[in-house]
Amino acid sequence: MSKTSNNNSIFKVIAASSVGTLIEWYDFYIFGSLAFIISGKFFPQDNPTAAFLSTLATFAAGFVVRPFGALVFGRLGDLIGRKYTFMLTLLLMGGATFLIGCVPSYDTIGYWAPFLVLVLRLLQGLALGGEYGGAATYVAEHAPANRRGYYTSWIQTTATAGLFISLMVILITKSTLSADAFDAWGWRVPFWVSVIMVFVSYIIRQKMHESPLFAKAKAEGKIVKNPLKESFGNKYNLKFVLLALFGAVMGQGVIWYTGQFYAMNFIQKVCNVNSIQTDSLVAIALLMATPFFVVFGGLSDKIGRKSIMLAGMLLAVLTYRPIYKNIFEITDIAAKTELADKRTVTNRLENKEDKTIIHYQFLSYYEDGTIATKDSVVTINTVNKAETVKTGYSIQLDSGNKWKLIWLVFIQVIYVTMVYGPIAAFLVEMFPVNIRYTSMSLPYHVGNGIFGGLLPMVATYLVTKAQTSGSPDWYLNGLWYPIIIAGISFVIGLVYLSRKNRQVHD
Amino acid sequence: MLEAIKKYLGLVWMALAIVAAYYCIGVFGWPKITSGLQEDNVFGWIILLVLTPIIVGGLFMFGYFAFTNEYKKEE
Repeated sequence: MSKTSNNNSIFKVIAASSVGTLIEWYDFYIFGSLAFIISGKFFPQDNPTAAFLSTLATFAAGFVVRPFGALVFGRLGDLIGRKYTFMLTLLLMGGATFLIGCVPSYDTIGYWAPFLVLVLRLLQGLALGGEYGGAATYVAEHAPANRRGYYTSWIQTTATAGLFISLMVILITKSTLSADAFDAWGWRVPFWVSVIMVFVSYIIRQKMHESPLFAKAKAEGKIVKNPLKESFGNKYNLKFVLLALFGAVMGQGVIWYTGQFYAMNFIQKVCNVNSIQTDSLVAIALLMATPFFVVFGGLSDKIGRKSIMLAGMLLAVLTYRPIYKNIFEITDIAAKTELADKRTVTNRLENKEDKTIIHYQFLSYYEDGTIATKDSVVTINTVNKAETVKTGYSIQLDSGNKWKLIWLVFIQVIYVTMVYGPIAAFLVEMFPVNIRYTSMSLPYHVGNGIFGGLLPMVATYLVTKAQTSGSPDWYLNGLWYPIIIAGISFVIGLVYLSRKNRQVHD
Repeated sequence: MLEAIKKYLGLVWMALAIVAAYYCIGVFGWPKITSGLQEDNVFGWIILLVLTPIIVGGLFMFGYFAFTNEYKKEE
């Protein structure tokens, strides 16, 4: 076969694998991106913090079950083949996502709502646990050994691209609909959109052939009967599973979540930048940085996976605190000069059956172009005269400061591309074909799902603790979690991983 | 020299696993489960049942393998 037809063939494989993986990430992210609104719809609203944390718990549950998905589908993939397994995960993910968009709210069906959402979220986690290993293995087993980093790095772009597309779909839906319509039903649209994408991806994947290396191993009778036992019960393989986890994926996982999720949460919740501006600036940073997955994946074929991944970890450990301090200072209203004569207050009265609602909006303008908005909604019950007040606060940055934030998020996503770009090839090369799907999936999902996925919870805990103890830099304390985890992973990787890319003979 | 570092760092990883066990169980897990708050309860159980066995067990085993020279030749 000519070089061109080989290239065409491998890019067909990459495209078919990537589209499905991208959709799975999209499905997984929209839940996280809409966590705040979902908490109000599906969980008891008596205590907003409890409702929000319940959603985060559901989010973590989605991450926690990912390793179990890796075991279930990894085993299947090593027994019946890569192709059928990752078609199954695609359908499972698509179905669960669509159904989340259909579940009636807590107000309508009571506790069934959070229960159903939790079950569907767990199914999403299971499916994602099986998808990634299948796609990465499938592409790697089609690629020449000296180009594995480059070809598998396309799969690596899908996680960021999935987040980008989820943000765009949410942004478009929010911009198209009124705030009330989005709150009432519009938030369901991104979930429904998924079903179309899954259908298209299913058709594409159906036309693909089984991985040549797996097909060869099967024809030669080299398939193991119990991939789980062989992967984790065999000491020789187990030590590589542990090395992959602690020396690479653990650090990669926390850097990945810091760069893509913690940054977004920090800008929105701690710095109070309004949600549309936060989504758009993160989306721009992701778009700018995404090509670097392929750059670093390709580079890892030439200079080795280890040096690039460890450099990414070290840079993150050393610079996270200065980066977040900078983000905080850029958005700190207390340090800005207000144009007091421009301050405005508007109000709007709304009469409903048994209550009167007064909406107040206070706008403050600052010298650098920043606008701060404080919304207060006062609800007066006309029967018993009870009064409730809800307030919200957000800022809209000027273009210059917005671009500074984009740059600071971009740097973090570059770290993500350094640790994440080469990781698929790194994992694939650690294990032989007959246990590859199982063996690479588990450390990947433990590292990302557990170490990375629990970052929001641990960081929130650390920040809250620092706040109550009166620490001046309380907002930076959440970073200790990724810094320590990535630091340990860096040392383990530096000492125990080989500088040369590992080659397993299939 | 590097082989000796690999071996004796194994003790560090095992010690770190014990420190992690203290934090997972004594600081994050059990106090949260017994706090009586719903959000803390969920967090506590996740830490105790999922995170603790993987971090503590995995890191200890990794340290043990390192100390017994399992990573000596094959890397």
